[in-house]
Amino acid sequence: MQLTPAPVTKLIEEFSRLPGIGPKTASRLTFYLLRNPADRAKVLAEALQQLHAKVTFCSQCFNITENNPCAVCSNEHRDPSIICVVEEPLDVIAIERTRDYHGLYHVLHGVIAPVEGIGPEDLRIAELLQRVRASDKVREVIIATNPNLEGEATAMYIARQFQGSKVKTTRLARGLPVGGDLEYADEITLSRALSGRSEIS
Amino acid sequence: MSRERLYHTDAIILRRTDFGEADRLLTVFTPQRGKLRLMAKGVRKTTSRKAGHIELFMLTNMLVACGHTWDVISQAETLQAYRGLREDLEKTSQAYYLAELVDSFTEERDVNAPLFELLAFTLARLSHLADIFLLLRYFELHILSLTGFQPQLHFCLVCNQPLAPTENYFHFGDGGMLCPEHGQARPHAKMIPLPVLKVLRFLQTQPWEKVADLQLNPQTCQHVEALLLSYITFLLEHRLKSVDFIRRLQRESHD
Repeated sequence: MQLTPAPVTKLIEEFSRLPGIGPKTASRLTFYLLRNPADRAKVLAEALQQLHAKVTFCSQCFNITENNPCAVCSNEHRDPSIICVVEEPLDVIAIERTRDYHGLYHVLHGVIAPVEGIGPEDLRIAELLQRVRASDKVREVIIATNPNLEGEATAMYIARQFQGSKVKTTRLARGLPVGGDLEYADEITLSRALSGRSEIS
Repeated sequence: MSRERLYHTDAIILRRTDFGEADRLLTVFTPQRGKLRLMAKGVRKTTSRKAGHIELFMLTNMLVACGHTWDVISQAETLQAYRGLREDLEKTSQAYYLAELVDSFTEERDVNAPLFELLAFTLARLSHLADIFLLLRYFELHILSLTGFQPQLHFCLVCNQPLAPTENYFHFGDGGMLCPEHGQARPHAKMIPLPVLKVLRFLQTQPWEKVADLQLNPQTCQHVEALLLSYITFLLEHRLKSVDFIRRLQRESHD
């Protein structure tokens, strides 16, 4: 005899497939939705449906977007001579928050991780090369992958692809985070921070 | 007596995966406790005090708290960052290879202090040597010895006679050399030219200081490398993923 109705177990099962959600959290979410008015569940269902129906990748920068090309790529006030290469769409949002960057983006959707079997061919690196070659406007490619070993390896790999071309490749500076603590800084960060020090004006 | 709640250990970070909101799950190799899986909490935040100290392939001294599922890193301080291998793509890819070998050849909590020494030694050399070919082969032969797969290179495995200085045979399944008579009779035994056998023996028995001075011709190099890689792949029964990346880099640098 089945104690819980099939739709309930089905939803619990689906929830528990999500990252960070175990069986207990899954059933709590399911019963929360069950207790609440039906239109709340309906709104959630619609949002889920539209997620894949309406979101695509921008054909230029491979960021997630509703319209192709995306809002950044089609904005004529952005500077097309600079491309900032990031790992994930969330990184674009982080850089946009600074309001200091006015160029375009390119989203790789991952980093080179040999042990996980992720090589350059699994990322949007070939598309980046093609995009830069096809345009005569690009002067600089800023590589903004994460400052860890995978990010560095990816940055070195991309920089190598642009070797000998007229395009300048740059890397985000490394240094101490706001709210950080010198005592706990690692030697690589500290020595980069020292070599990149700036005069107080 | 209750189990200790905290312990100190040196550790080399072999691999890591992101976990939850800002955590990472590390696979580390330690001298007294073997391979461990450790949880590093909050290290993906920019203000994390540990993050810079538990990057891949670093030698770190850490204080670890015993936990339910995973032990949790509570403090970490870099002992060796091996900077040279972070600033060179070829060396980074080779470090991935070393780490993948150690990860594949060991089981969790299997203590192997000499292997830890070998890994730390090899990473240190890797980060500042210009020519790393011999270093990698030295590492391969020694990790085989330290994990119980040391190939027999001096006697025929069938007749137990010392090998004559001629073309002998290597058999993967038997784990070593066969004399010409028994080698030819065995299917899948690989013919080994004498210079290749000599290099293998030298790498297996001599200290690194002597190995470092070896001068080899490119053909022997290629043969030694291919033989060791296929023997290791045979033992592990799976392809090493980092090798694909190394090959790709080599291909691209030749273009």
